[in-house]
Amino acid sequence: MSRTRALLWPVLFGVSLVLAFVSQHLPPWLLTPPQAMMIDLAGTTSAAMKWLVEDATFGMFTVKEATRAIATLIEVPYEAARILLVDGITEGKGRRASTIIPPISWIAVTAAMVALGIYARNLKLGLLIGALFLYLAVFGQWESAMVTLASILIAVPIGVVGGLALGILAFLSPTFSRVLSPILDLMQTVPTFAYLVPILFLFGFGPVAALIATVIYAMPPMVRITTLALRQVPPELQEFGRMVGCTPGQQMRKVLLPTALPDLMVGVNQVIMLSLNMVIIASMIGAGGLGFDVLNALRSLKIGDGIEAGLAITALALALDQLSQALAARSHVGAPVQGSWIKRHPKTVAVLVLIVVTGLAGLVLPWVQTYPREAMLSTRSFWSDLVTYVNVNYFDQIEAFKDAILINLLLPVKRFLLALPWPWVLALLTLAAWQVGRGRLAGLCLALGLFIVVTGLWEQAVTTVYLCGISVVIAALIGVPLGIWAAASNTAGKVIGAFIDMLQTLPSFVYLIPVIMLFRVGDFAAMIAVVLYALAPAVRYTAHGLRSVQSELIEAGIVCGCTRWQVLTRVRLPMALPDILLGVNQTIMLALSMLVITALVGTRDLGQEVYAALATADVGRGVMAGLAVAAIAIIADRLIAGATARAKARLGLSGE
Amino acid sequence: MIERPVKLACRHVWKIYGPHPDRLLAGGKAPTLNEIRGSNHVGAVRDVTVDVREGEIFVIMGLSGSGKSTLVRCLSRLIEPSGGEILFNGQDLLKASPAEMIEIRRHRMGMVFQHFALLPHLTVLQNVAFPLEIQGVAREAREARAREVTALVGLKGREDYFPRQLSGGQQQRVGIARSLAVEPELWFLDEPFSALDPLIRREMQDEFLRIQNQLHKTIVFITHDFDEAIRLADRIAIMKDGAVVQVATPEELVLAPADDYVAAFTAHVPRAKVVTIGRIMSAGVAPQVAGQVPASARVEDVADRIESAALPYAVTDAEGAVIGHVAAAAVIDVLIGRNR
Repeated sequence: MSRTRALLWPVLFGVSLVLAFVSQHLPPWLLTPPQAMMIDLAGTTSAAMKWLVEDATFGMFTVKEATRAIATLIEVPYEAARILLVDGITEGKGRRASTIIPPISWIAVTAAMVALGIYARNLKLGLLIGALFLYLAVFGQWESAMVTLASILIAVPIGVVGGLALGILAFLSPTFSRVLSPILDLMQTVPTFAYLVPILFLFGFGPVAALIATVIYAMPPMVRITTLALRQVPPELQEFGRMVGCTPGQQMRKVLLPTALPDLMVGVNQVIMLSLNMVIIASMIGAGGLGFDVLNALRSLKIGDGIEAGLAITALALALDQLSQALAARSHVGAPVQGSWIKRHPKTVAVLVLIVVTGLAGLVLPWVQTYPREAMLSTRSFWSDLVTYVNVNYFDQIEAFKDAILINLLLPVKRFLLALPWPWVLALLTLAAWQVGRGRLAGLCLALGLFIVVTGLWEQAVTTVYLCGISVVIAALIGVPLGIWAAASNTAGKVIGAFIDMLQTLPSFVYLIPVIMLFRVGDFAAMIAVVLYALAPAVRYTAHGLRSVQSELIEAGIVCGCTRWQVLTRVRLPMALPDILLGVNQTIMLALSMLVITALVGTRDLGQEVYAALATADVGRGVMAGLAVAAIAIIADRLIAGATARAKARLGLSGE
Repeated sequence: MIERPVKLACRHVWKIYGPHPDRLLAGGKAPTLNEIRGSNHVGAVRDVTVDVREGEIFVIMGLSGSGKSTLVRCLSRLIEPSGGEILFNGQDLLKASPAEMIEIRRHRMGMVFQHFALLPHLTVLQNVAFPLEIQGVAREAREARAREVTALVGLKGREDYFPRQLSGGQQQRVGIARSLAVEPELWFLDEPFSALDPLIRREMQDEFLRIQNQLHKTIVFITHDFDEAIRLADRIAIMKDGAVVQVATPEELVLAPADDYVAAFTAHVPRAKVVTIGRIMSAGVAPQVAGQVPASARVEDVADRIESAALPYAVTDAEGAVIGHVAAAAVIDVLIGRNR
């Protein structure tokens, strides 16, 4: 019985190979789903959206009016933030505009960030953040960076407050939680771009649409973390609150929220980093700033500009990440300072004074207001030269490497997958789902697969699977050993940890820049970018899983006379398997979310569909492609989650 | 001795978990354990009736899963009982409105938790003052009171520490101080010393008795440790499978266990720790005595004195009147476990 089971998948693979070889002789409808099967879901969706925007009404007001109102609600604070950081108050329009009150000077903004750093941890952090902001000024990225910062200043509070409110509601009302949970699940699996298109359609091209997309993208983790953090408050503390006679409001304000605060701050950090990532991506639908600079540079292949903007994003990301992490870890020890407000807030006062002083001085001395052009450094030509140098001297080697991988790995796999008849693939998928999760999962996977077939996106979907699949395999092949190494040695752990942190802090856009420089456009460049972006969870979860194996088990292994290698392969890796699978799962999700970005380098997958839909504002096409990506993500997620649960149950780790 | 008035009376209290606890209890029925289990329910507290008298230490003792924690949560209405009455000063708590419950808890109840339940973001002083803050007491007044109780539990000088900077024993002292800040009439302690190391536990028990000797609160004390129970209790209720098996003084439990379950607990308890002089004395006044011992003294505490004297000791009651005498032989019988 078990022998036939072990042989099942190799045999099926062999059959697949044979099928792929003879595919030319199979009837064509087996390879490309026939036209008769298609359902015009895209057209229906487009029509529905059109009706929604043009005719739908809530009785009192129309949908259009509602979206306008939301847009205004966001636009007003956004404009205010721009006035403070970028534009100042001006009179007139265009070139004739004259500044009445200038924006906050670069000196004051940098000083404010230093003060925040000191407040959050210490002088060292303050200086680091100050240096990063100084970098933005010196390298001429100040204005774009401030536009990006203004977006974040608006998006983060909305995301945090909204997430907090929804999270508290979900904590208080089980019914609400039940309704919210699947929506959050879907939002986490649907790639960002699926909702870029409808938002573009509802709110039009521009910063407001970008901000809304950013908030939608960054809020779900805050909701989840809030609910989870509140649920994790020890039951004794909740009972204590009731025993001293807290009203429900007091219970939330004075007992639950303060106790959960450290966890909540982790959520705030997530919102900040996700907002930054999305604000950069949302430059595709009209957010200005650093993301727009990168996008522009990529489109016109201006490598130097792209790298400079990319480095500026990195600096901004690093500063915001360090700052919010320090704020999250801040422990308020020490008695509060007594005295007047001014005495108690010396840093705030200093920053306020500096804003006014530099603002006034800027009227006379322009360099105080805006960092002088003459003193700016540019690395543009340096980077361009470097790339030229590399391409001139190592072109053949790079090209040979690229071709070798393309010809020996990427293309054969692509051809093989595309040559498989779709009913066969669906059958295999259903069988795998049946093995992992029986009827329900098999039904779900079959339904999702059929959805892809009837929307006519089969080929793009297979291309997506091929690109993501290879990238994930490579990411796992690199990431798992790295994780093992990181777990084995403290030094390696620190170095690899820092490297992984760095990879995860960077917005996904940034990965494209060096890749395009070296490998230009195409599947290979896309693969490298995806691998880089998706590597982190594989490393992190592997290291975490290995480290959290009970020390008693390892000691038992050593006492039995295991060598180090045997301890690793016989004890630690099997015990860490569920964690490693979880990491692979995350890697797949990240790889899928990278798709639309790689569409910029000319892949022909579902990401390209979304990107094309964005360019033409074709809602139906974009939504369908997005849902198809979501379908792939859900299938992968459920299959791996099922396998993880089984592995856990086998190891007796599933808890109560 | 005059019986002290009942402070908290618990009448036929049930807590049944499962799909339809109300059906099982409908019309004042008292389902058996098998009926409860057979219908997929769990009887966490079954038909418990106990009286807690003013000023006494009432210990509820049971192994884990016996329902003692659920019972104490029913008494404080942290858990809503499925049926029964809980009379606090004659008022049925189960009929109190949420607002009334808040008032009662704010001013008349205190509770100490097994894992301390201190708020991590507040200092010792702020933690102790927290119940008063909730009531809206002004900052100066509440901090003054908090300083008072913090000193009472021996933490003077550590008011500005955060909980994480304290040892487990110190943290529980904060928990005790906090529960006493509002001067509660009724004091619940839910396994307060179970999370502590044995030596610290012993020290905290002494501390607890010292505080109780000053304050004379009405106490409901939960523990799974029988030694702790007989050390502290005026009376003990032993629970098993959600029901109270026996309520008695430590001495009665040891000398007359209600069933084999109780007997199994008491079998290893040294008699001298629980048996009082009153139990082993002979009636009548002895012609010559070496001194006096109270009838309520435990044998262990006075054995040395009585055994080393040539003459018997006179035994006195609570008012100091001589009610009998006790000689060395009777004490030795208890010490070596001999029945005559």
